[in-house]
Amino acid sequence: MGAQVITITSGKGGVGKTTAVANLAVALAADGARVVCIDGDIGLRNLDVVMGLENRIVYDVVDAIEGRCRLRQAMIRDKRLPELYLIPAAQTRDKSAVTPSDMIRLCNELRTEVDWVLIDSPAGIERGFKNSIAAADRVLVLTNPEVSAVRDADRVIGILEAEEKGTPSLIINRLNPVMVKQHDMLSAEDVLDLLAIKLIGIVPEDEGVIVGTNRGNPVALEPKSRAGQAFRNIAKRMKGEDVPFMNLEAGTGLWARLTGRK
Amino acid sequence: MSDSNTLVEIKGLRDGLLISLGNAEWDELRAALMEQIEVRRSFFQGARVALDVGSQIFHVNELSELRDTLSERGVNLWAVVSESPTTEKTAQLLGLATRISRPRPQETTRPPAEEIGEGAAMWVARTLRSGTRIEFPGNIVVLGDVNPGAEVIAEGGILVWGRVRGIVHAGVKGDESAVVCGLDLSAARIRIGGVSAVLSERSGESHPEKYFLEDGIIKSESWQSNQS
Ligand SMILES: Nc1ncnc2c1ncn2[C@@H]1O[C@H](COP(=O)(O)OP(=O)(O)OP(=O)(O)O)[C@@H](O)[C@H]1O
Ligand SMILES: [Mg+2]
Repeated sequence: MGAQVITITSGKGGVGKTTAVANLAVALAADGARVVCIDGDIGLRNLDVVMGLENRIVYDVVDAIEGRCRLRQAMIRDKRLPELYLIPAAQTRDKSAVTPSDMIRLCNELRTEVDWVLIDSPAGIERGFKNSIAAADRVLVLTNPEVSAVRDADRVIGILEAEEKGTPSLIINRLNPVMVKQHDMLSAEDVLDLLAIKLIGIVPEDEGVIVGTNRGNPVALEPKSRAGQAFRNIAKRMKGEDVPFMNLEAGTGLWARLTGRK
Repeated sequence: MSDSNTLVEIKGLRDGLLISLGNAEWDELRAALMEQIEVRRSFFQGARVALDVGSQIFHVNELSELRDTLSERGVNLWAVVSESPTTEKTAQLLGLATRISRPRPQETTRPPAEEIGEGAAMWVARTLRSGTRIEFPGNIVVLGDVNPGAEVIAEGGILVWGRVRGIVHAGVKGDESAVVCGLDLSAARIRIGGVSAVLSERSGESHPEKYFLEDGIIKSESWQSNQS
């Protein structure tokens, strides 16, 4: 038993890691699971804002690691969902305040308490990234359908393979079907063709996501949001459920591939 | 101070490297280990390492510090082998393996660039992702793709059993007879010796091709691997 520890990472910054962690966390918790998210972006925390919990912070992850508080005290309870918690990043410390071993110890302590631990990784492949993946049972690599983001994702996948983290799964975020049609954006198929890893979900470009981010209200809580539906689907696939890909998510070539017709 | 080569012995295992430390104080061994990793950085980058520490005694903080330091250098410590029960227990606490299957003697390897001479080929049986750079003073065979942002650099020729969208540079020290062969080179950036292939002059079709240097320019023909 014990929790699954999942890290969301990307290489390139600003592609939607924090958004995805917040949305997957609320989707899992809304389904009754016990979930803790950890903001791994020491010095640049923002998962608290995206989840609308910034003014409840007393202790942070470094306090918990350095023993200034009990782990429970660093877990901020969400205001909407009873079994959703956030362990915020330290704002005033740098990345060297945490080591990979610290993260492993912290997550091992959490494993017995909850069902899911979701870790939001900082951009890049430096120390903060290494800390974020150290404890992961599974890594989700998130990218935008855009050349430089895909190249950075490829690099990160190579590092994860070398570190024996297993092959990660892929989330493609901010896909805009109109732009793909006009050949102004890579298609999901182009991205998959290069990265050659298992796809776990495609999230469409959706203004509602930005509004939700600013208000601290993840769209996965909104029944009608398309991006919210995409995040809820990914949460289900994380649990091992076989959820068909939404038709709007994929072009026809990819459609055949995802539905198993080679 | 002993030579770091004699304190740190490196062998190839089926699934990683085994580094055996000699007999010396830990400080000296640690320095020797770090020196080896530093000088052979590209060899160790991404390596999976089992460490045989003999009778050295390690406590949790020392071993976890070592693991973190190695991980910062791109080395993944997965096992610690020791005669000391304390060290074994420490390793187990940190989730490291403490038993490994030993290599047979003939599997002993050194960094390939040092041991294999001219004419030999380096085999790379995986896709090379962005940020990877493979260099070898002979031929290189890749069984997989070479993605954008990856580089394959050989003093001899390069054969890719896959699709190349990165950089392949054959005959890097000036061997003008070096060739580049691949299943799909339509998006590759190719160099042979000091000459670059001009992408716009190439067909853009994806079929097996062979690129070679003739009269100072790079030419291509379709490549049949069963040709002699
Ligand atoms: N599917 C989407 N549709 C529209 N906007 C999105 C979508 N996903 C993310 N965004 C927006 O993109 C911006 C960056 O997102 P986010 O902060 O989650 O990225 P990040 O990868 O965590 O960035 P960093 O690398 O800086 O941590 C935010 O303004 C967010 O609202
Ligand atoms: Mg972020």
